[in-house]
Amino acid sequence: MLTAADIVEQVRAAAARNSALAICAGGSKDFLGRRTQGTPLDVSDLRGIVHYEPTELVITARAGTPLAEIEATLAERGQMLGFEPPHFGPTATLGGTIACGLSGPARPFRGAARDFVLGAKIVNAKGEMLSFGGEVMKNVAGYDVSRLLCGAYGTLGVVLEISLKVLPRPASEITLALELDEGDACARMRDWQRAPLPLSGLCYAGNRLYVRLSGAEQAVGAARRRLGGEVDMRGAAFWEQLREQRGAFFDGGGELWRLSVPPTTHALAVTGQQLIDWGGALRWFKTAQDATRVFAAARAAGGHAMRFRGAADAQQIFQPLPAPLLALHRRLKQAFDPHGMFNPGRMYAEF
Amino acid sequence: MTAALDHDRHQAQHALAEALRAILPATAVLASDESLRPYECDGLSAYRQLPLAVVLPETVEQVQAILRLCHARMIPVVARGAGTGLSGGALPHADGVLLSLARFNKILSIDPEQRIARVQPGVRNLAISEATKPYGLYYAPDPSSQIACSIGGNVAENSGGVHCLKYGLTVHNILRVEMLTLDGELLTLGSEALDSAGYDLLALITGSEGMLGVITEITVRLLPIPERAQVVLAAFDAIEKAGQAVGDIIGAGVIPAGLEMMDRLAIRAAEDFVHAGYPECEAILLCELDGTNEEVSQHILQVRELLLAAGAIEVRTERDEAERLRFWKGRKAAFPAVGRLSPDYYCMDGTIPRRHLPQVLKRIGELSREYHLPVANVFHAGDGNLHPLILYDANKPGELERTEAFGGKILELCVAVGGTITGEHGVGMEKIDQMCVQFQAAELQQFHAVKAAFDPDGLLNPGKAVPTLHRCAEFGAMHVHRGQLAHPDLERF
Repeated sequence: MLTAADIVEQVRAAAARNSALAICAGGSKDFLGRRTQGTPLDVSDLRGIVHYEPTELVITARAGTPLAEIEATLAERGQMLGFEPPHFGPTATLGGTIACGLSGPARPFRGAARDFVLGAKIVNAKGEMLSFGGEVMKNVAGYDVSRLLCGAYGTLGVVLEISLKVLPRPASEITLALELDEGDACARMRDWQRAPLPLSGLCYAGNRLYVRLSGAEQAVGAARRRLGGEVDMRGAAFWEQLREQRGAFFDGGGELWRLSVPPTTHALAVTGQQLIDWGGALRWFKTAQDATRVFAAARAAGGHAMRFRGAADAQQIFQPLPAPLLALHRRLKQAFDPHGMFNPGRMYAEF
Repeated sequence: MTAALDHDRHQAQHALAEALRAILPATAVLASDESLRPYECDGLSAYRQLPLAVVLPETVEQVQAILRLCHARMIPVVARGAGTGLSGGALPHADGVLLSLARFNKILSIDPEQRIARVQPGVRNLAISEATKPYGLYYAPDPSSQIACSIGGNVAENSGGVHCLKYGLTVHNILRVEMLTLDGELLTLGSEALDSAGYDLLALITGSEGMLGVITEITVRLLPIPERAQVVLAAFDAIEKAGQAVGDIIGAGVIPAGLEMMDRLAIRAAEDFVHAGYPECEAILLCELDGTNEEVSQHILQVRELLLAAGAIEVRTERDEAERLRFWKGRKAAFPAVGRLSPDYYCMDGTIPRRHLPQVLKRIGELSREYHLPVANVFHAGDGNLHPLILYDANKPGELERTEAFGGKILELCVAVGGTITGEHGVGMEKIDQMCVQFQAAELQQFHAVKAAFDPDGLLNPGKAVPTLHRCAEFGAMHVHRGQLAHPDLERF
């Protein structure tokens, strides 16, 4: 079995050779981001749940632990990962999930992956094992490095272990579907999010507004009566497909873009088919439009775009950063990884 | 010798004030001892220091000019909001400028449709919720100082409050900050969207204690005001049972909006002070449930049953708003109430995994007897954040030192059971030595490297939040930490 000490060894050896490392495990998220070079550093055997305390809402697991194993363990005690992470296949691991930092349809209502990160153990480029944060909800000692690792695509260090806050599964959950045009659907999403409703999903797809309600049974029932629409019995499957970016809208080739924008954004200057998730704050586009135009449209709306699927190698994947921010990113990368050893170029060509 | 030093200091002060007045309105620069005095400490008044000058800018351009001037002259800068912090994070630097953001006090815009507000850093926490109430919205984090504390300070400390188990800390409730680096570069971190491209710098900045930049604007996320909130009060004849009840409630899938515990001394102090009607007992739990009307009704019944099953000797559900306010009044007045029992008190802020509560409280009791100093315990029970209040008298020689030593032991105890030295008050100046206990040398070095990425000259709030390895060696934190000595690479002296 692979241990943290083995990883330390491998990192030190790579540092001595001055060679880059491509951190990997299940490979389910290889399609995300840019390609990276380097010797593969496979952490999939660094696995297992280290500690789970349901009454304190905290779980700690090693990076290579399958996401499915974590979710199954939580489900046994009536709990779940609040950020509803996408898997992209059965080999998904906790480490990759946190490194990519993606969150599912519940994100606007329950929080993002980074919101649930409580602590992390990593190996830095010197081959030192470092621990940040911990297993408690409130911890302000030192800079919040654990949250910084979330969504950093493994460019700052090798994640060994992660502690997450977990949530109880709602006692009751239903999905409503309403046939509406886009303008009406957006207006309702906007209004309903201003009201104290037990919402956990708001998605507009194929002329239908899907509303997920979660919580105490009576609260869900009351909200259902208030919002109208019909109960969609295949609701659970709908949200799972949406989480995984599968189903009618997503299937098929071509480029898929993810635009994260202010929720009340009206018309985006992007052509092609659109699906609206996160109550308006996440827009998926199938478009062949030039990347610079899509990035410009996202920026004009006050958000950012990511070329999610279908990019050729070496293309810009993530929204270009303004020069001062890019400079800061490079300095921060150097603070953890001065010689650019970990996943070089995975996010941006510059670091 | 002293006179010569005084003279040098006076010269430096004079030259700095001149230079600052050249870039700022006259009313925005303070440099006489009398005018500096109100800024000599923050909420932790045991630590006091006069800066060379205080500046009170009103515009981003003025802050930029101040930072550039200080950078060029290598003068330390300490940012300050409302000065309510409890860890000395805004303690001035003797050779530095204290940058007050008190005049950045405007709510710039409220967008009820997007559920956000853009505010300046000097805006008071509670003022945001007051301004957004007409739209049925509020800003969730509610530190106990929310009447006075500023949102900029909240971001710097990642402040929590009574409701953070359910609604999160500052980091979960802000979307964007505008920040100036020491060289005067204005950065936007985060956006009005729910995430941003690149590293999560917004998370990194939150809780960074003024070490990385100066925040000039914040966009906060607003939540719909819950339809209903109701409090259940439970009395226990043993603190362990109260701790057990907390685990039972959370394990049953109920996340209360607030879940607070007080021990016997805290209860008695609060009762004597505000007559909240608390029962005589070893521990009380206050459990606030909020949400839709139906949800609260259902959860109240469930929680009552759980409390009784856990051995509560009495369970009361508030009957009306007046009673709810009375239930909370005792808890909210706990600090001043304890303050009436003794000339001074010292508030600690450790967090522990909750399952260790009985053992930690037992050990605090033992330490209390060893140091001959009484302790009242107030506890954000839901998230394990413990506030022991040590009672002492600063006028008795040696008692403050004994109190600090006792407090240090409590924090080390929190670390030993897998917790942290600070849940919400920050490290600042106060807990800087205990950082040596919580972190290894390599981790502290990583923090210093992060700071250098933002502030290579180390001029922002120097000496706070992250100790130098040298300081740790002097502190002598030679504790065995995760099976190894904390600083094996350092000489001991």
